[in-house]
Amino acid sequence: MSGNSYFTRKLHSLLGVIPLGLFLIEHALTNYSAFEGGPEGFQDSVNGLHDLPLIFFLELFFIWLPILFHGVYGLYLAFTSNLNTSRFQYGRNWAFAFQRITGVITFIFIIWHMWQIRVQVELGNITTDELGTKMHEIVDNPAYFVLYMIGVIAAVFHFSNGLWAFLVSWGITIGPRAQRVSSRICMGIFVIMAVLFILSLFAFRGDDFASASAAIDTITARLG
Amino acid sequence: MAETATATAKRTVKFIITRRATPDSTPYNEEFDIPYRPNMNVISALMEIQRNPVKADGSKTTPVVWESNCLEEVCGACSMVINGKPRQACSALIDQLEQPIRVAPMTTFPVVRDLVVNRQRMFNALKRVKAWIPIDGTYDLGPGPRMAESKRQWAYELSKCMTCGVCLEACPNVNDRSSFIGPAPISQVRLFNAHPTGEMNAHERLEALMTDGGIEGCGNSQNCVRSCPKGIPLTTSIAAMNKDTTKHMFKKWLGM
Repeated sequence: MSGNSYFTRKLHSLLGVIPLGLFLIEHALTNYSAFEGGPEGFQDSVNGLHDLPLIFFLELFFIWLPILFHGVYGLYLAFTSNLNTSRFQYGRNWAFAFQRITGVITFIFIIWHMWQIRVQVELGNITTDELGTKMHEIVDNPAYFVLYMIGVIAAVFHFSNGLWAFLVSWGITIGPRAQRVSSRICMGIFVIMAVLFILSLFAFRGDDFASASAAIDTITARLG
Repeated sequence: MAETATATAKRTVKFIITRRATPDSTPYNEEFDIPYRPNMNVISALMEIQRNPVKADGSKTTPVVWESNCLEEVCGACSMVINGKPRQACSALIDQLEQPIRVAPMTTFPVVRDLVVNRQRMFNALKRVKAWIPIDGTYDLGPGPRMAESKRQWAYELSKCMTCGVCLEACPNVNDRSSFIGPAPISQVRLFNAHPTGEMNAHERLEALMTDGGIEGCGNSQNCVRSCPKGIPLTTSIAAMNKDTTKHMFKKWLGM
């Protein structure tokens, strides 16, 4: 790592919130449209995103490159930390430990999830119209469903607790009271976002996504 | 009276002490049964072992080596890990400790022998962040600016730091794989930057915190503030210095 670790660490903290945290919120809302509006609602949200101009560059500069930097540097940070929760069983020390554990889980989960969805779209194996059915196929497998549950909860915890740490690291919440209030707000964000993601995972398991999948299968079969 | 005296003499305190002969040798545990006396602390128990270096099994051993000085929790020399928590041995009262009492050196620091550690890295860190007020010169500079009483009150709390090393021992980010200087020197930057004369060199201390192993090493586990024997608001100091270094970074970028 050339240059000064102060700036690298500051950049790492910033990227976690802007753009990655904002992207995670957008992702939670888009997925939630699967719960709220079923396959059509979800497809509308997906189409809305894909209609954005310069979508490739938006993805590159606001998602992929920040994830790559935040993930790789984050692994290094996790490596330089000890976990001493057995000796110091304080809430914040547990959050410190979970921040590193969930960070590693999230990074692995994101790579796997990108491979299953985004890379397959790029390879031409699925189209953006089939994302809902693809998700149904994945979460229909009970093992994958559990892994997705763990993945989204880890990601949401990492973001919410990371937002709390961002406010400290940038000198916004200084005193104990400010940090206590912000930790309650961040845990509220954790609960809300976790519920949104979990509801959408259950929605993807639903029969309507299966029937959409079946319908597409029939159409493909007939066309084929 | 005689009966009470015998009863007291019979009572013993069990100690399990982690020892090592040289800095590089393998640590080992030794058990001791020390005669109980009222109001004992860990230091007086160690003194008892020094007087009579006999282990719990009756065999002789070398006296346990430790460091201590003020015996009133202001010098920081006798910090060690007692029942899992880093603290001063002088203020660790036997009556308040669960037995067997486990005593070990603070392994965040290089162990010299038994319970003696080398806290040189903390003094190096204080030099690195320039934790002093430069007033020496070739002529009398006259009196400095006055400090507001309200500010003096909270700054005094920060000045209680005795470089004891407990916060570094508690910090999960102070270890062999990281160059983090630890919480104590960051709080000292806040102390000297708060001083009306020290403030004149505030940028030098902030820039020292913005180098490798500086304030960025903090991972917000907040064990330091929970462990500090002097009750110094270390995490408030760290967050305040986060604010000041962030402001300093933007000012430098913008050329202000």
